[in-house]
Amino acid sequence: MIMYWVSLLAISILLYVLLDGFDLGIGILFGLTRDEARRHAMWGAVAPIWDGNETWLVVTAVILWGAFPAVYAMLLPAFYLPLVVMLSALILRGVAFEFRYKAERMRWIWDFSFFGGSLVATFVQGMTVGALVEGLPFTNGQYTGGDFGWFSPFAALCGIGLCFGYALLGACWLVRKCDGGVKAAAYRQVPYLSIGLLIFLVIVFSFALAENLQIMHRWIERPYLFIFPAIAALAAIVLAVSVERHRDGLPFYMVALIFLSAFGTLAISFWPYMIPYVITVEEAAAPHSSLAFMFWGEGIFVYPLMVIYTVISYRVFRGKVRATPVH
Amino acid sequence: MESMALFLSRIQFAFTISFHIIFPTFTIGLAAWLTVLEALHLRTGRSAYRVLFDFWLKIFGVAFGMGVVSGIVVAFQLGMNWSVLSKLSGPIQGPLLSYETFTAFMLEATFFGVLIFGRTRVAPWFYLFSTGMVALGTTFSAFWIMVNNSWMQAPVGYAVEKGIFVPNDWTKINLSPVVWVRFPHMLLAAYLTGAFCVAATGAWYLLRGRFSAEAKIMLRMGLCLAAVLMPIQLFIGHLAGDYVHDYQPPKFAAIEGRWHDEQPASEVLIAIPDEASESNKYAISIPVLGSLIGSMSLDSKEVGLTSFPRQDRPPVLIPFFTFRIMVGCGLIMLAVAFIGSYLSLAGMIDRYRLFLWATFLSFPLPFIATWTGWFTAEVGRQPWAVYGLLRTADAMTPFLTAQAAAISLVIFGIIYTFIFAFGIFYIYRLLRTGLVRPMLKPASAAVPNRPLSLAGEDASVLAEAGE
Repeated sequence: MIMYWVSLLAISILLYVLLDGFDLGIGILFGLTRDEARRHAMWGAVAPIWDGNETWLVVTAVILWGAFPAVYAMLLPAFYLPLVVMLSALILRGVAFEFRYKAERMRWIWDFSFFGGSLVATFVQGMTVGALVEGLPFTNGQYTGGDFGWFSPFAALCGIGLCFGYALLGACWLVRKCDGGVKAAAYRQVPYLSIGLLIFLVIVFSFALAENLQIMHRWIERPYLFIFPAIAALAAIVLAVSVERHRDGLPFYMVALIFLSAFGTLAISFWPYMIPYVITVEEAAAPHSSLAFMFWGEGIFVYPLMVIYTVISYRVFRGKVRATPVH
Repeated sequence: MESMALFLSRIQFAFTISFHIIFPTFTIGLAAWLTVLEALHLRTGRSAYRVLFDFWLKIFGVAFGMGVVSGIVVAFQLGMNWSVLSKLSGPIQGPLLSYETFTAFMLEATFFGVLIFGRTRVAPWFYLFSTGMVALGTTFSAFWIMVNNSWMQAPVGYAVEKGIFVPNDWTKINLSPVVWVRFPHMLLAAYLTGAFCVAATGAWYLLRGRFSAEAKIMLRMGLCLAAVLMPIQLFIGHLAGDYVHDYQPPKFAAIEGRWHDEQPASEVLIAIPDEASESNKYAISIPVLGSLIGSMSLDSKEVGLTSFPRQDRPPVLIPFFTFRIMVGCGLIMLAVAFIGSYLSLAGMIDRYRLFLWATFLSFPLPFIATWTGWFTAEVGRQPWAVYGLLRTADAMTPFLTAQAAAISLVIFGIIYTFIFAFGIFYIYRLLRTGLVRPMLKPASAAVPNRPLSLAGEDASVLAEAGE
């Protein structure tokens, strides 16, 4: 039962990162161009799907609370200010979708909140993961780091890294979904973003070695972990080739594969801990009666339906976004 | 004395949840009303029902989106500001709220898409079915929220293991008698809110001489529904009072403004309770009525606040007044609904402009009643977060600083005000634009699960088509 909920939690996080990742990334790229036609096309590539994507954040949060209340109660207050900032960024970005085309003179406000909100939310997410990897100060299961205990150069570095990562994911989505100027521009951006991401990964890795982060020992204990970097490297090669040959469909899946391997690396390096070296999955899990109550309704029935539903809605809107006039 | 961080966290929770409750209250009622309209349209074929449906669906869309956005923050801040509560009662409240999210997603988002984009793509009966499913989804959401909150008011079906509340009887938790009084109370509040908003819109149009045929339908349906539901609501409200009487005597005493044990007890109609002197100033009360309301007897002993230690008493002023405001709103609504139904059924409502004004101006009443009802329930539950088990002061994240709490309160305050202003402006614009008699083509490029993006795509077209 615990394993079932860990798996659903992992799938939800992964779906969130991949799906909201590309639309946050497009938000970041949106701020890098002033060309209205391109902006319009980028907008069209995410507008129909963004809030379905964001649903997975809420799903992640409620599964975490229901199935692993101890971790929920430890992490959320530890990241108090970052979460306030992230939620605000996501809200502003969300309403921008509704108001951009209703505004005339005020449009720049919504453009800015789309770009700024995406950038800030991404940075905070990356920083949060970085802080978890580096290790937060907990004493007897209680966070003791103060208002800014999550901040460190390493965490900030991870925040910047994720901005590159999501932007890359976003660029590949644009390649997949758009034509014309947007696609061409995205193709030009992919190499820079990939190199940026690569440089960041190297820095993070050396930083982790230099700081002798506890989590790095996992790599020595569990050599099979190296399969993930291998997959990522392979995906990176295919990515380079597909960009070179302009295979529109491929790059997105390759970057998704890189994210998947990064996620797998983290998950297995953390295992069996949920917060590294502080609390294990077993310790964090809610009592059996809670897990069973969730399992027999939402677990085996609603959750699979949600996944199927997500797949269907992506299939319905597959193919390139048609160029529509600005309304 | 409570710490600054605790005070700010409570203010923040009260602010965000009060903001949030406006929208579900409205949309639950509206979803039911849409279902009725669609069924009537299918049955009678009258185009007026269809015109009304299309109009209210747009408003539903905006309100639904605002409800979703404002609800996310509420879910997160339970963990952020109230982490002790979310840890200790997580095994019970977590699953309940996760069910809320899951059922909402499954029914509301899925079938909502059909409502928005499926008019021309699905069979009429399926369209009606989808409308019903959205209404059912909002109702389920309300159910889980009420189960959750009722568990905090009157915890059942749990055992305490290592300080943690472990569920051992989900049937008891889900079907507790408290749930089955408070859930209908909230549901009826939502239906009445929908009914009054619809009637007020009808009155407004009639006053401005627009869409008079549809406006009269809105007035008749809204007011007659309210006339039926309002007496039931008062009765269920009384039952809700009974649960407070039995499970939360200090809260009951605070609502009644009863400081000392009385036998038979009098009923304080209005007064200014004074906590310092533990007495009421300027009280107007009726003898014996207190026993009658509390225990349905003429000589029962009713407990007063001074029978409880000070640290177990709720604040008195807020529950005392909010309860009276709620009841007052209910009585005014009852009067408006009765008079209006009579005038409407007699076919002469358009001649009574003063009454139309009254109906129009009554639209805030159900919202105020909902707010004050919740204030009574929640402030009256103090000093407990989980009644009798966990104090609010102990439920807060222990290391939360006043600084962090102040920053979040300010940020959420600004953002909520900002989106609220836009959302209300937007609903106002839709109302001003009014009904559109010719059929509208549904928007093409969008997917189902986009609650925020429905309204107003065609606002400029609508403005031209309006009367």
